[in-house]
Amino acid sequence: MSVILKVDNLDMQYSSGNRSLSVLQSINMSIEEGETVAITGPSGSGKTTLMGLCAALDNPTSGAITLLGTLINPLSEDERARLRNRFVGFIFQNFQLLPSLTALENVMLPLELQGIKGADQEAVQLLTRVGLKDRMTHYPSQLSGGEQQRVALARAFINKPKILFADEPTGNLDGDTGSTVESLMFDLNKDFGTTLIIVTHNQELASRTGRIIKLRSGHIISDEKNIPSMTTI
Amino acid sequence: MSNLAFLFRTAYRDSRKNRSKLALFMSSIVLGVAALVAINSFNYNLRKEIDKEAATLLGADLAASANRPVEAAVLNILDSLPAEKAREMELLSMSYIPKTDETQFIRLKALEGNFPFYGKLKTVPEEAAHSFRSGPSALVDESLMLQHGLIPGDSIKLGKTMFEIKGRLAGALGSVGMASSMAPAIYINIASLDSTGLVQPGSLVNYTYFYKVPEGFNIQKWKDNRKSQFRSDQLRVETIEDRKQNLNQAFGFLNYFLNMVAIVALLLGCIGVASSVMIYVRAKTNSIALLRCLGMKPSDAFLVYFIQISVLGIIGVAGGVVLGALIQSVLPLILQDFLPVQVNVALSPRAILEGFFIGLSITTLFSLLPLVSIRKISPLRTLRSAFEEAEESRDYLRWIIYGAIILVLTVFLWILTSSLVTGLIFVAGIIIAYLVLNGFAALVIKILRKSIPVNAGFVFKQGLSNLFRPDNQTKTIMVTIGMGTAVLTTLLILQSILLNNVSLMDEGKQPNMILYGIETNQMEDLKKLTIQSSLPVLQEVPVVTMKIDGWKGRNKTQWLKDSLMTAERWAVNREARVTYRDTVSEDEKLISGSLKKYAGSGDSIFVSLGTTFAEAMDVGLGDEIVFNVQGTRVVTYVGSLREIEFRNLSTRFFIVFPTGVLEDAPQFGVLVTKAPDNKTMTKYRGDVVKAFPNVSVVDLTTILQSVNNILNKVTFIIQFMAIFSLLTGLIVLISSLTLSKYQRLKESILLRTIGATKAQIIKINATEYAFLGILSAGTGVVISLIASYLLTRFQLDLDFYIAWWPVLGILAGLVVITISIGMLNSRDVVNNTPLEVLRKENS
Repeated sequence: MSVILKVDNLDMQYSSGNRSLSVLQSINMSIEEGETVAITGPSGSGKTTLMGLCAALDNPTSGAITLLGTLINPLSEDERARLRNRFVGFIFQNFQLLPSLTALENVMLPLELQGIKGADQEAVQLLTRVGLKDRMTHYPSQLSGGEQQRVALARAFINKPKILFADEPTGNLDGDTGSTVESLMFDLNKDFGTTLIIVTHNQELASRTGRIIKLRSGHIISDEKNIPSMTTI
Repeated sequence: MSNLAFLFRTAYRDSRKNRSKLALFMSSIVLGVAALVAINSFNYNLRKEIDKEAATLLGADLAASANRPVEAAVLNILDSLPAEKAREMELLSMSYIPKTDETQFIRLKALEGNFPFYGKLKTVPEEAAHSFRSGPSALVDESLMLQHGLIPGDSIKLGKTMFEIKGRLAGALGSVGMASSMAPAIYINIASLDSTGLVQPGSLVNYTYFYKVPEGFNIQKWKDNRKSQFRSDQLRVETIEDRKQNLNQAFGFLNYFLNMVAIVALLLGCIGVASSVMIYVRAKTNSIALLRCLGMKPSDAFLVYFIQISVLGIIGVAGGVVLGALIQSVLPLILQDFLPVQVNVALSPRAILEGFFIGLSITTLFSLLPLVSIRKISPLRTLRSAFEEAEESRDYLRWIIYGAIILVLTVFLWILTSSLVTGLIFVAGIIIAYLVLNGFAALVIKILRKSIPVNAGFVFKQGLSNLFRPDNQTKTIMVTIGMGTAVLTTLLILQSILLNNVSLMDEGKQPNMILYGIETNQMEDLKKLTIQSSLPVLQEVPVVTMKIDGWKGRNKTQWLKDSLMTAERWAVNREARVTYRDTVSEDEKLISGSLKKYAGSGDSIFVSLGTTFAEAMDVGLGDEIVFNVQGTRVVTYVGSLREIEFRNLSTRFFIVFPTGVLEDAPQFGVLVTKAPDNKTMTKYRGDVVKAFPNVSVVDLTTILQSVNNILNKVTFIIQFMAIFSLLTGLIVLISSLTLSKYQRLKESILLRTIGATKAQIIKINATEYAFLGILSAGTGVVISLIASYLLTRFQLDLDFYIAWWPVLGILAGLVVITISIGMLNSRDVVNNTPLEVLRKENS
């Protein structure tokens, strides 16, 4: 298996006025294609920052990030946007659906950005797959939290991403709904053969991945293989 | 192409939930564009009409006029034209109306010949335009006939002669309705003028000679070849082409002014649009961040919202164009008193295109200011809502946009005024006005924010704090409503100042009636009549007319040939009306020298000059001035200089001779008196006109009426245009309240959830809107007070006075409107349960 994401000596500092805050220090990691990885740690440990940097949403203070064989540090904003659009999927804690778009339109969006015709057919298939065939013309405000996250799942997979970043994907959902969404995410991930990186506090969710990276105060304190719990497979 | 289609599709989808809100804030520009289209359509129609009607406006191919009989040599040149000739003598005089036993100040026009050669006098009945030309017959202005209930066949006494009214004059040739506000016109034939006895030495008569040349004769060339011969003696020679140019120039100024008002309304609207777009973009930040996260390029994200705003801009501007086309049909009615021609209402494609393009380009540029920040929105916001992008003010694109706005405005005003400098001055003026208003608003907000009393009740503090909430539009509303209020209130204050100053003229012992054109042998009888009427003779002044023959050792002809002449033409050429006395009057202050008495033949004659006149003549103490006193050369020297106050209804003279020089010269008298009330004034005026028909009476009541009439008409037009700015401000207010409605709802619902009562919510909102209204209208009122004070003190030189009630009325009116709009906007919060409201807003 080849390396899909490689992080070398990553440092990230934020400056506020005269003060500078070090969020990540000397991060090194390498993730192989098809892996499922959980990044865990307490609040403020740098999980989300690490994910944002790996997903080419921001620039590190120092260090190198290679995503899909491309060093992303020198890329322009447009080049990063193209990379994300073609090869990356996202799932967010607060769903992040566009409120003025219907469920179907939200799902079609990544393909439409690529200029691909017939995006609606693929979107319908995916929405059917996540159990929302009858809710396609509904706006996010007309859907429950679980339904919104299922729409987000469909959108995340529509461009057949090589790598999927999920930020607390069940953080805003109740237990049963969260479990349903979790299962759906892992099922789709398996079907599409996507590399999955989940940022979460949820130990149960983390236990369903094949590798758990623990962060504390901007440092990786452990990086261990995990035997996924049975609920996953 | 497919990318573009996708961007359009995304723009369309994204706008779904916000179209009504977006449309509302785009409506801020509708009135500005409407004003532009209406004014320019009207202007182009007016110009077309002037071009078409120029011949009938002048009534002849050439008109030569002067305020004294034209010299024989010049008249010979004019008469050498192979042309049909006519003549008019015009003077201001009193008339007596036997039917109502009333008197009226009028403009008498005595005609000889077939004038007008082009067009015709509009009379009712039509034949009156011919029948008044023989015998003691008159055509009388229709406003005067209406006022006194006169009909054809009634009589009117002009001077010593009774005239039969042959018809009413529906439209005097080439004059504007405004003129009749001052003195309504009466036409008679010139042969009857002598019998009136109104033309006396010293009478203010305007002489005009009209010529109609055969077809094919180039009158313009003929006139241009003789320019130098027509130059002196204040002779004004005008051809149809000149009249066209003069009218176009005069209405050009009116057009600039109205366009400026329209541009200001448009800019205020655009400020509102920019402010609303900024709030819109902020509300859309998460969506934009998500689009970026999913792989949309920054430029594409910008384009999505640019498309939305542009489409709405086009709709808004198009709406303005349609409204403008409707309004332009009203403008001729509003401006009719100022127009010499009837303006037909017709759509002007040029005005529509101009309005559309200027409206769209300025709106787009203003919208771009907040839109460019979209490029900087980071996709990281999807993960961290508190993420802050880099400082926006460093964005060079913003400065390019500011530059483009100034460029577009300058080019537009340059085209409009045909002068780059004027265009730049106007743009600079607009920028300064905006900075002043904006600075003032910022200062008021800062002071208010710092002075919220710590001990004030929760409701009051909460209401006031709402003005400073994030994304507030307090300053924008203050600027937009403030500008409209400032224009409107300044007008109101200036109008009241002018009227107050005129009415103050007869305070205390100040005179309020002035009688002029009194023959020497009438003075004693007139004084007797005045005393019999229990009125005081406050002044009895002899007046002698004369011309200036030379000064500082050279005669006038020599001076006029000298290109280095420093004296001003008006001072040199005027027919001087001079009095003689050895004292300084109450309204004068001696600045230098002294009034030297004349000792008799052989002694030097020292005259006293008003400072304004001395400056215009460029003479000082000891300089020689030679006067031509009706044929006799009189050499004088400047003995003193006086500063003259023009504060009351009294006689004033730029040139005062010592006694003992002019007593035997042909002269007329002026008498000044004061009537205690209107009734006495009217009776006395009637008695004077009946007994001394050649004497003209000017009284303060008539002047006040005329000033009031004129001011009312002028201010109505400006008010009409100021309303555009004010309405734009109110639309900005409505749109900003609508845009911030969700934020307000959430706050109000939170308050209700934690236990605030309905009454408390209402009070909080009412406090906020009341302050918003007071601040917005107050900004305008304070600026108008400062502006009118500065204008009054330094430009008009009048006493400052404020009619508080109308000003407070505007202030209260705007506060009430603001509160009403605000409360209407927040009625949902008050009338529904918190959950109902949230559900409604979210769906």
